[in-house]
Amino acid sequence: MNIFTDLLAVTINTVSDVLPIAVIIFGFQFVVIRKVPAHLGKILLGFLWVLIGLSFFLLGLEWCLFPLGRLMAEQLTDPAFIAAANSGAEIAGTINWQDYYWVYIFAFLIGFSTTIAEPSLMAVAIKANEVSGGAIGVWGLRISVAIGVAVGISLGCYRIVVGDPIHWYIIAGYVIVVIQTSVAPKLIIPLAYDSGGVTTSTVTVPLVAALGLGLSETVPGRNPLIDGFGLIAFASLFPIISVMAYAQLSEFIAKRNNVDDSEPEPEPEPEL
Amino acid sequence: MDYDDATEVQFTGVVVTATLQKLLHAMLRSVRDLLPIVVVILFFQFAVLQQPLPDIGQLLIGVLFVVLGLTFFIHGLEQGLFPIGESMAHAFARKGSIFWLIAFAFCLGFGTTVAEPALIAVAAEAANVAANGEMIANSQEAKENYANGLRFTVALSVGLAIVIGVVRILKGWPIQWIIIGGYILVVIMTIFAPQEIIGIAYDSGGVTTSTITVPLVTALGVGLASSIKGRNPMIDGFGLIAFASLTPIIFVMAYGIIIQ
Repeated sequence: MNIFTDLLAVTINTVSDVLPIAVIIFGFQFVVIRKVPAHLGKILLGFLWVLIGLSFFLLGLEWCLFPLGRLMAEQLTDPAFIAAANSGAEIAGTINWQDYYWVYIFAFLIGFSTTIAEPSLMAVAIKANEVSGGAIGVWGLRISVAIGVAVGISLGCYRIVVGDPIHWYIIAGYVIVVIQTSVAPKLIIPLAYDSGGVTTSTVTVPLVAALGLGLSETVPGRNPLIDGFGLIAFASLFPIISVMAYAQLSEFIAKRNNVDDSEPEPEPEPEL
Repeated sequence: MDYDDATEVQFTGVVVTATLQKLLHAMLRSVRDLLPIVVVILFFQFAVLQQPLPDIGQLLIGVLFVVLGLTFFIHGLEQGLFPIGESMAHAFARKGSIFWLIAFAFCLGFGTTVAEPALIAVAAEAANVAANGEMIANSQEAKENYANGLRFTVALSVGLAIVIGVVRILKGWPIQWIIIGGYILVVIMTIFAPQEIIGIAYDSGGVTTSTITVPLVTALGVGLASSIKGRNPMIDGFGLIAFASLTPIIFVMAYGIIIQ
């Protein structure tokens, strides 16, 4: 384990990820647009910072959070741990979905906290805040997306434990999205749809995938190849619902305050 | 000249302090962003699993790296990715060539997805599932062909998604009808798709959008919407990523149906 060889390997990986994007961007910039963009130096420096930042970020995650998180996912889904947590009150061999309560709590918390740290969500939140002129708070958006991911992943874990087919959950989620779309404030809809896709990225996917795999390997009767998938789908569907709910809630509160304000206020006593 | 040098040194000193202060603030923000994960992991390690931490030294270096990395990334985002995305959107809007804009949109979607590591991993996994389900021969070659086919299918679908998204911004179509139409298509295809591919298809929607693609695509959409008359950047600018996470679901299921 050498810091520098690791860092070098990760940097090379990141460069090969960024390279095709850079080629497309600058290719079109110079061949089609044929104009040097303003502040080219600054932009190139920015790309360099992105490269360095992502390399450090990924290496740090690979060193500290991912191994621990993966180990935790394994340990929490281990039948021995589940049995110990329930002090063996049940008949051996039968598994109740309630027995996995630590898994659901872990799924909720890890879903929430990894989403808060997700760099692509930060990017979208910064942009949304800028475009909406501050009406959409960076933290309001990030927290509502994180709650959506948290709920989605814990529900996804519950589905793996009970073994329901995934499509009923997804279709039910779609129905909720469609209903909310017809009543939510128009401005939030595109952003809400987008927030489904941005949540599952660098930080969330590795940990969530480990959780799904661990769970589907240890719950009797589940096939990891079939049941191990689907958590990411839950994590990208539920933020759509929670972001629209956040907008509906803010609208509701604003309306109620407006109603309060528009009521005629008692005239102050004229001072003599 | 002594005087000039002195002011220059003083000036540089002020700039350096200001930069350092900015960096410190940015790092504190990154610490705050990462605090929840650290708390969750520590809580489960000590309170629930009741185990000591393995190598604390490496852990601390790891956390430091994550904090630094996040700080640099956000800085680079604001300096590089956002400005180039927006300036290109403005340039294309001024140039007025729809062909080149659409070509760019397709390349951006296809090019950023085809090399995406998460997608390569998922495609390999899907090939295993298909081999186990006896949809394809259980040989290395068949699996590789299947995985590559899937990868190009998804990359193609993301390219197409960005194109649809850009056309929508140009035309000002409301997003919900296209997305709801997509949902209906997903539901219909779920009925016909082989059972084994459904989970993977639903997941593939989430894995296609990487950390570098998202800021670029967002800046492109917002930049386009703000440089075309009559478009609202909030309503028309967002939504490209939504398309990019919906079309892979449809295309992967179609791939599963055709291969079957």
